[in-house]
Amino acid sequence: MTLTDQSAINGKPQADRPLLDLVSGFIEELRNAGLPVSLTENLDAMEAVTHIPLEDREAFKYALGATLVKNHSHWRAFEVVFEVYFSLRGPEYEILDGDALEGEEDQPQMPGDGQASGGGGGMSALTPEQLAEMLFKALMGGDDAMLRALARQAVMRFAGMEPGRPVGGTYYLYRTLRNLDLDGILDRLMDASRDEAPEDLSSLEERLERDEFNDRIDRLKQEIEAEIRRRLVADRGVEAMAKTLRKPLPEDVDFMHASREEMANLRKAIYPLTRKLAVRLARKRRHGRKGPLDFRNTMRHSLSYGGVPAEPKFKFPRPAKPEIMVVADISGSVAAFARFTLHLVYAISGQFSKVRSFVFIDGLDEVTRFFDGVEDIGEAVHRVNTEADVVWVDGHSDYGHAFGVFWEKYGKEVGPKTTVLILGDARNNYHASQSWIVKELKHRARKVFWLNPEPKAYWDTGDSIVGEYGTWCEGVHEVRNLRQLEAFVENLV
Amino acid sequence: MTSHDVQFADLDGVRNALADADYLADAGIAGIVYLAERLGKPILVEGPAGTGKTQLAKSVSEITGSRLIRLQCYEGLDESKALYEWNYKKQLLRIQTEGSDAAWNDVEDDLFSEDFLLTRPLLEAIRAEDRVVLLIDEVDRVEVETEALLLEILSEYQVSIPELGTVEATQVPMVFLTSNGTRELSEALKRRCLYLYIDYPDLERERQIVTAKVPGIDANLADQIARIVRSIRQLDLKKDPSVSETLDWARTLVLLGVKQINAEVATETANVLLKYRTDIEKAVKEFADNPDELADSAS
Repeated sequence: MTLTDQSAINGKPQADRPLLDLVSGFIEELRNAGLPVSLTENLDAMEAVTHIPLEDREAFKYALGATLVKNHSHWRAFEVVFEVYFSLRGPEYEILDGDALEGEEDQPQMPGDGQASGGGGGMSALTPEQLAEMLFKALMGGDDAMLRALARQAVMRFAGMEPGRPVGGTYYLYRTLRNLDLDGILDRLMDASRDEAPEDLSSLEERLERDEFNDRIDRLKQEIEAEIRRRLVADRGVEAMAKTLRKPLPEDVDFMHASREEMANLRKAIYPLTRKLAVRLARKRRHGRKGPLDFRNTMRHSLSYGGVPAEPKFKFPRPAKPEIMVVADISGSVAAFARFTLHLVYAISGQFSKVRSFVFIDGLDEVTRFFDGVEDIGEAVHRVNTEADVVWVDGHSDYGHAFGVFWEKYGKEVGPKTTVLILGDARNNYHASQSWIVKELKHRARKVFWLNPEPKAYWDTGDSIVGEYGTWCEGVHEVRNLRQLEAFVENLV
Repeated sequence: MTSHDVQFADLDGVRNALADADYLADAGIAGIVYLAERLGKPILVEGPAGTGKTQLAKSVSEITGSRLIRLQCYEGLDESKALYEWNYKKQLLRIQTEGSDAAWNDVEDDLFSEDFLLTRPLLEAIRAEDRVVLLIDEVDRVEVETEALLLEILSEYQVSIPELGTVEATQVPMVFLTSNGTRELSEALKRRCLYLYIDYPDLERERQIVTAKVPGIDANLADQIARIVRSIRQLDLKKDPSVSETLDWARTLVLLGVKQINAEVATETANVLLKYRTDIEKAVKEFADNPDELADSAS
């Protein structure tokens, strides 16, 4: 494919057939990963790539991104698919049993201290200590080209990749990182920069140095990850890899099975989500202005028109704001779910006349106080998880006892305006269920909802007794991800 | 649609031209501006507040020598503010001056002619004879229903006025839509645009921005500012410092004659960078030598 400048100026550019096939295959893969791509966007992408010099990989990526991905939270997923689908293919990425690498063009020159000759082969002759030393120097100096070469070397040396072995990339990543001891290197880097400084570092400077090194180490990790991915693709082929790397979009990530990285992404996603929800709800409230005619007011205004009711006045509907009581199980398996729900409920607490929250494992504690007058909800939720007094006997979920305590202490405060939300998987460890309490709650409260983070198929299996409680609730909802949570909360208001 | 002449030779051309106008674009931004120009499509720019979304449109208008037409969106924006409106008072006058013997058809034809049309930003951009850049700012503020007003313009570059017929663009304007992401825009709108997300810049770019935008700043100080801001953005804050706030802070420090930022200076000027009390306290606590004392003096 030649540069398309000429053809683009002369009218409709003619794209190569193989290129179009490649792009439509890529779009197919994006759809498989769950990204919505419409036909128009598909056509746009096809046209866009004809305007871009194809050697420019970055530009190619942005051209596809701008036409196909219209939601920033999908960008990460797009990047992964792109990396795999348009991965650099070639013999140099094959997983070899030996350690010699040949024919690399982009191998950076080693620093001129005479121990390396510039090829990958030179580096593989190093002892582990020397390698660690070079890594340390590269991180200290922020030498990106060097880091890339070292990442490649580290993967070859430590990941122990074997052709055709069916393990995921995370396993290799773990193996590589374990051998590199990055924490130790970070400490050494800090020591070195302390030594270098003419005087003692103030804590501000020290903090900045640490952030800088952390940033560099993160870059190294990304390089290693990319390197492993390239090798896996070379070994197993694009389709197989794309399938294993397919990651759910943030709003579809399961609360109960989120990895640490996904958790971090979820936490980032929840803030804009709550903001959007709050705006939408406030708008709904303001816009529902179709109240009945206010006769008195209309008559009063008609006086200024000589008795002609020229300006009809309407009553503003004042929908009652519900009072919310959240009762959440925060035992290990469902803690994350409780955290997100509490976060969301408090973020839109303006929509409710009052929000009270209780958490339990086998004992129960009111945690409303943590949220009082707090501006930072994340902080309050964190305190709930660390400071609330929720263990009664052994720290295993006991819904029956927790409900008992709730009924005894706070049962009287549940009134006809109250909506009770119970969060948990109802895995009761075979304790007594005390489901009569939920029944009583239902009689007293406006509504009782149960939110269960487990997939519906698992309900009422093993020690889960959500069905027994569920009979007395207005609804039992499966809430496994942010999308479902958002939908439920919106309906609630 | 009429032909539009290609103004940018290639990707680097866009980037350099933007840099000359003191807008430091990264590869993504320059690439998408270039593509939008080639494809004749609008760009939807999303991202946190204060990352230079509006500035991008301004800079593009500057480097292409175009007139910038801006439509600021707000809740309750409607056709008569965005597209066009009939000059009702003038029409009334016209009727009054007409004798009773005039034929109805003549008067009607006359009343709905261009003389009585008030153009609003969108129509103005379409009818412009010279080059224009149309900026539709904060499009997420209008209601979903109002978005529909934009669809015809964005895909066909035309406006239909029932009494007059369709007004087509004489030349395809560059269109920028910005959004702060307070709500999800409709699929229909997104489909018609190229999507560009402008995030906070990385360390290197932020340093360049500070150096370019703040005259007389010391390279060392710019570097320090960029690094501190990056560290602050890693904290879990209510509102991360934006690029414009970084620039404000840099200007403040230059005015104060600061050569080297230490914890004390940072604490005293933190209110330029951060706008929430809790955020300021948190940042001060993170960076100060003796947090408690300084937190007191800051709040």
